[in-house]
Parts: sequence; structure tokens; C-alpha cells
Amino acid sequence: MCSLEKRGNLFILTLTGKNVEHRLNPEVLSSIISALSRAKAESTRGSALVTVSHGKFFCNGFDLDWVNATGSKQEAQQRFDYSLDCLTQLVQAFISLPMPTVAAVNGHAAAAGVVIPLCHDYVVMRRDRGVLYVNDLEMGLKIPELYMAFFRAKTSGWALRDLVLRGLKIKGEELLKMGIVDAVYDGEVGVTNAGMKMADDLARRKWDGEVYAEIRKGLYSEFCGMLGIASKAIGTPKL
Amino acid sequence: MCSLEKRGNLFILILNGQNGEHRLNPNLFSSIISALSRAKAESTRGSALVTLSHGKFFCNGFDLDWVNAAGSDEETQQRFNLLLDYLKQLVLAFISLPMPTIAAVNGHAAAGGVVLALCHDYVLMRRHRSVLNMIDLDLGIKIPEPFMALFRAKISGSARRDLLLRGLKIKGEEALKMGIVEAVYDGDEEVTNAGIKMADDLAKRNWHGEVYAEIRKGLYSELCDILGIASTPIATPKL
Repeated sequence: MCSLEKRGNLFILTLTGKNVEHRLNPEVLSSIISALSRAKAESTRGSALVTVSHGKFFCNGFDLDWVNATGSKQEAQQRFDYSLDCLTQLVQAFISLPMPTVAAVNGHAAAAGVVIPLCHDYVVMRRDRGVLYVNDLEMGLKIPELYMAFFRAKTSGWALRDLVLRGLKIKGEELLKMGIVDAVYDGEVGVTNAGMKMADDLARRKWDGEVYAEIRKGLYSEFCGMLGIASKAIGTPKL
Repeated sequence: MCSLEKRGNLFILILNGQNGEHRLNPNLFSSIISALSRAKAESTRGSALVTLSHGKFFCNGFDLDWVNAAGSDEETQQRFNLLLDYLKQLVLAFISLPMPTIAAVNGHAAAGGVVLALCHDYVLMRRHRSVLNMIDLDLGIKIPEPFMALFRAKISGSARRDLLLRGLKIKGEEALKMGIVEAVYDGDEEVTNAGIKMADDLAKRNWHGEVYAEIRKGLYSELCDILGIASTPIATPKL
């Protein structure tokens, strides 16, 4: 599923998911949401979270074995829809998390798996291995409106087109040019350490977590609007 | 006017006609919109469309001679408004087209001609002898909202400002840096061949046209709202 470790001010979320592809099903998604709830409950000023994983994959999408292990096409569709709902809840949890978040992408992320790194504030990725692959078009699937809004919050113009409309397996260097990842590193250790260091540097800024989360939600205003997650007014600032 | 040629899976739309500037008037607009309807009707999985022209101009904007040949100021305004309506229809037809689209810009494009080029998913351009010129500011003409929304979707930041607000004649290399075009080529023949090759490469991906169009519309959400194009749900995915 996943594990959450606290190291000083850092929360380190390790994705293990189901099998080496770290695939997502409601159980896995639930466990990540719980981990985020824990981080939120234990957060203080100057907290930060970094999400890591190990091996060939960061997250290869939904657990289609689970989705398809049913009696009928209709039930499979229900399982798929349910997985998508759970993913949406996870995205909400990330977007509301009262601390900076960094994803250290060690390997491949595909389909729904692409959403996970992208719900972090910062993405660092391996230069030498790993691709982001939005494969909906290849699979003959329309991307749900809500997730188009999500992608529109993260990128625009030709980069958005190349992310969703071109069936590309995009490497770190290209994603850097597209402004989708913030930095690239060689090797799993390289990217994991870089992710931790970045989270640490952000933690040192000692930002008010609630304020951070509210400002962050403003970057996803369309997405939040579609989900009905209103912005809360913050108490009187000391000026 | 224009001609539509089918070559295997490719639809080749050629702007031709006696008017070397390929200026947009009701005849040319109707002719292009009909051609797109034909392409849509004959489209299959793995279709693609490339728009070409030859000579000094790709498309030099509205046929202002026709606009100004009206009897009165009022009629002149009406003619101009009619061309704006046609341009909106054209944009709508292009962004709903169920296949990848490429514009091979061999020569100058101004105002409405820039909009025409930018309605395509990909724009290839000549390095020399071709400029993009949003001449509207110099002519004292405001750019209506739908087209502003198109520009906002395709181009960001300082590039957008430079395209619209600076009265620049933007050459191929600059357009490339600005993220407006995908690639530049020397020569009419080179850019034309490159356009055909790119269309061919995209066609070979064998994407479902309907899915492609729906995802594409997601790149233009604001424009789609303005034009009143609702997104259609796609049937059950094969999982």
C-alpha cells in the first residue's frame, strides 16, 4: 500500500501499492489518503511532505486486474468509476494538505499514475529512467472533464497538448522543458535525495500550513470549483 | 478558394484560388468549412488533416476590399461582422474535427490568417519568407473574445503579449522560441513535405477520432464555453 515515516519536520510517504507497478485500487488509494490524514493531523508550521517510491515504476495507473475481475462489463465499469472517485478524493487530500509537497519520481508513471506526482507542488524526476505517459488517447478513453481541469492547472499551450493529445512517453528532460517537472537527477538515490532536500528546504521556510494550503488551492481554482471545495477565509493576519 | 484532396488516410486542404493572398471572404470561408465537413464525414480511425498553401502568403486575413466595397458604413460593419461570424464557425469546425490537424505555413499569415493557422493542433512554418502578424492593433481593430480565448489556450506569458500587443512580424525562429510553432523549415516544398509527413506520422497512431476531438476540446475549455460547445460523453471504455 504505502508507508508514512516522520523524520524531523519531514513526512516521507513511500508508495508501495499493489505489486511492483504500485498500481492503484480503492484499498491502496484509501491507505494513501489515511497517510495524508495522519500527516495533516501531525503537521506544524514548517512541515513538508515528500513522496517517494522504489524500483522501475513510480505508479503505473489503476489496478486493472482488480477492475476486470468481475462478472460483467457493467461491474468492471463500476469498479473503474469507483477507483476514479477514490483518486479524486486523493487529489483533494493532496491539494488541501497544509504543507509543501514534493514528488520524487524514480520510475514510470502512466495513466492515473501520472496524476499522483502532478498533485504535488514540486516534481523532481530521474533523467536516466522513467517516463510520464498519459495514455488515455491510446486506450480510446476520453479524459474526464475534472482531470482536464487538473492538467490545465499544471500546464498550458503546447506542453498541455503534448502531455494529453500526443500519446507520448515523456522523459524527464522533456518534462523539464515543458515546465511539468522542476529538476532532473541521475539515479534513484539521486532523485530521492534531491526530493528530500527540496522538501527540507521548503520546510525551513516555516510557513503557516493553513495559509499555504489556501494559496495552493488558488492554483487549482477551476478544479476546486468543479469539486465544490470552497476557499476558507483566513483569520486576521498580523500586519 | 480551397480544395480537399484525400491521399490514403490524409486529408490535404489546399488554400488556392486566384487571390494570391488567400484572403478570407464568405466564399473562401464557406469553401473551407465545407471541406472540413467532408473530411469529418469521411474520417475514420487514423485520419489526419494538413492545410497547405503555396506562394508568398498562407493567409493574409480578411478580405477588406470586399468589406469596404459595401454601400454604406453600416453595411461595411455588417460585412465585417459576417466575416467574424464565419471565423468563429471555422474555429469551431477545426477544434471539433475528429483527427489531428497540421498547418504548414509556407508564407505570411496576418490577423484572421494567424487564427486559421492556430486552429490547427500543430503549426509548421518556413524559417524565412514567412511571418505571423497580428496586425489588428496596427489597424485599430479589437480582437474579439473567442479569438482571444484561442490565443490564451495556445500561447502563454510574454509570448502571448508579444504576439498580440506588440505589432510584431514574427518570423519562424522566433515563433518556434515562443512555442507557437512546432518546427521550422527552409523552403515551400520542405515545409509542405514536413506537414504531410507529420500528418502521416500522427495518422499512423490510429487514434479514435471522436476521443481525439474530445480530449482536444479540453485544451480549449474557455473557448468551448464561449462558443457553447458542450463536451460529449464517450461510450464505455474497453478496459
